[in-house]
Amino acid sequence: MLAFLGRRLLSTIPVLVIVSVLVFLMLRLTPGDPAAVLAGDQASPDQIAQIRTHLGLDRSIVEQYLIWAGQMLRGDLGESFFYKTEVATLIAQRLEPTLSLALVTILLAVAVAVPLGVIAAWRTGGWLDRALMGFSVLGFSVPVFVLAYLMIWLVSLKLGWLPVQGYQRLSGGVGPWLRHLTLPALTLSLIYIALIARVTRASVLETLGEDYIRTARAKGLPESKVLMRHALANAAVPIATVIGIGIALLIGGVVVTESVYAIPGLGRLTVDAVLARDFPTIQGVILFFSIVYVLVNLLVDLSYVFFDPRIRY
Amino acid sequence: MAADTRDFERLSVESATVVRHQSAWARVRANGSVRIGGSVLAVLVLIALIAPWLGTVDPSLFDPASRDLLPGRAGEITTLDGDAIPHTFWMGSDSFGRDIYSRVIYGTRVSLIVGLATAVVSVAFGVLFGLLAGYVRWLDGPLMRVMDGVMSIPAILIAISLVALWKGSLLTVVVAIAIPEIPRVTRLVRSLVLTVREEPYVEAAVSLGTPTWKIMLRHILPNTVAPLIVQGTFIAASGILVEAILSFLGVGLPPDIPTWGNVMAEGRAQFNDFPHNIFFPGIFLAVTVLAINILGDGLRDTLDPKMARRG
Repeated sequence: MLAFLGRRLLSTIPVLVIVSVLVFLMLRLTPGDPAAVLAGDQASPDQIAQIRTHLGLDRSIVEQYLIWAGQMLRGDLGESFFYKTEVATLIAQRLEPTLSLALVTILLAVAVAVPLGVIAAWRTGGWLDRALMGFSVLGFSVPVFVLAYLMIWLVSLKLGWLPVQGYQRLSGGVGPWLRHLTLPALTLSLIYIALIARVTRASVLETLGEDYIRTARAKGLPESKVLMRHALANAAVPIATVIGIGIALLIGGVVVTESVYAIPGLGRLTVDAVLARDFPTIQGVILFFSIVYVLVNLLVDLSYVFFDPRIRY
Repeated sequence: MAADTRDFERLSVESATVVRHQSAWARVRANGSVRIGGSVLAVLVLIALIAPWLGTVDPSLFDPASRDLLPGRAGEITTLDGDAIPHTFWMGSDSFGRDIYSRVIYGTRVSLIVGLATAVVSVAFGVLFGLLAGYVRWLDGPLMRVMDGVMSIPAILIAISLVALWKGSLLTVVVAIAIPEIPRVTRLVRSLVLTVREEPYVEAAVSLGTPTWKIMLRHILPNTVAPLIVQGTFIAASGILVEAILSFLGVGLPPDIPTWGNVMAEGRAQFNDFPHNIFFPGIFLAVTVLAINILGDGLRDTLDPKMARRG
């Protein structure tokens, strides 16, 4: 297991290297002087020259990449000319709201989607199954910001149940924190619920056709045990996989949701950085999100061992 | 007698192929999802085509005298020549005094063009890379690793940073939305190529000395058409969605172009008083994407049964 962990960890390195090359090239292959782009519109020639030597822009592109990658590895993501702070510090400051939103969303989505998917598979063709399949197509089609405004309009403005916008730090108490996260998490979880419920339904449906399900039923096991202990447990691997893949959707959704609900997290930072054309920050955030995505999917891979003892590495 | 039988055999073989062709098309046409999604999409295409005759005014025309009107208000709008023409603001007007209805109707054009263009661009490049990866052995590894890398960066982040670098125009927005979709198409085409290239008829073609490009074009590409139509439909739907997100965030097409995302972006500041500025374009957007997704589901079930079974 430990050897596998090491091997699997090593195997993420090529992907991360390619991601870093892509992010690096994104800026270098754009017409114009990268130093000027990184320095921003208001930079003085001195500042631009300083960035140019810092990045080694007078050297070959391979050397430039190595210098850049070295800086990234040391945690030196550059300095944001818009916020006048280190990009790494900026990311650290914005981490809590995004992490809170993502965790609450994932918990909510799994708690809703998995039972829905199991019941839909159990009663295929029933009203819940059809409703769920219809809902999941809807979930992929309703844009997250339209849904966000619909929620704000209905829940906050008309009913006055929850705050319209903003974020309360967890240090200020769980109550206010959760109150501010409820609407954004509900909004963000819709597409995720659609995705997870669909896959849960499909994979539980597949296991329900297996012989051991018939055996379990034949020996008089209650239906709930058949579903949970036999069907769902054996369908867990695809469900875990789709939760991992869905993180990409979630990150995209975070960018939009945080903008609508005025949550000062990484998504909001991304949009503000893009609007200000603050490239050091954009670059840092993309790298950060991509690394998170790769690592989460690594964890998902590792969870297979837990869900399915037949998988041994 | 013998000749008759041969004729009959030939005839039956011919009609069998004809029947099969018909039945694929007939299956698609008979599918409920295809009918519903296709009809709604057809109506939207019609709206886009005849936008100028649907009681619209110039979507970028602004009339300071008719700012912030509620939906359904009848009034007049002053054209650039200074003529006041009677006009009903079915969906109200924005804070510049532009007619939301006209902007939403014209926005249909932009969205449908972006959807179609994104699908075409990503399928074209995906086919190219997929054929190369599946057929040129030494390219397979490097090319697919690059695709893995692109897939590890969340799609919206790629799109917004590329648009930010290039500045928004129809071309850059389409390319920026298409790039993150290319790896999925590439993977699909590559896997189809790897299956098809082991088929006896490809082997036969190789042994007859058929050039590689001809094998790809004549024997492999036709097998990818049905799955690609399905995939392209879903890409068009997500392309429309991403374009609206980009415009909504203020990093998409320039604000003077009437797109649903732009109308919604302009409606944000006054959402408390004029929620319809966001809801009308939002409904159009959701219905369009929904119609295309339903159409895609139907096409997948009928054209690509293998994929349908996978869920």
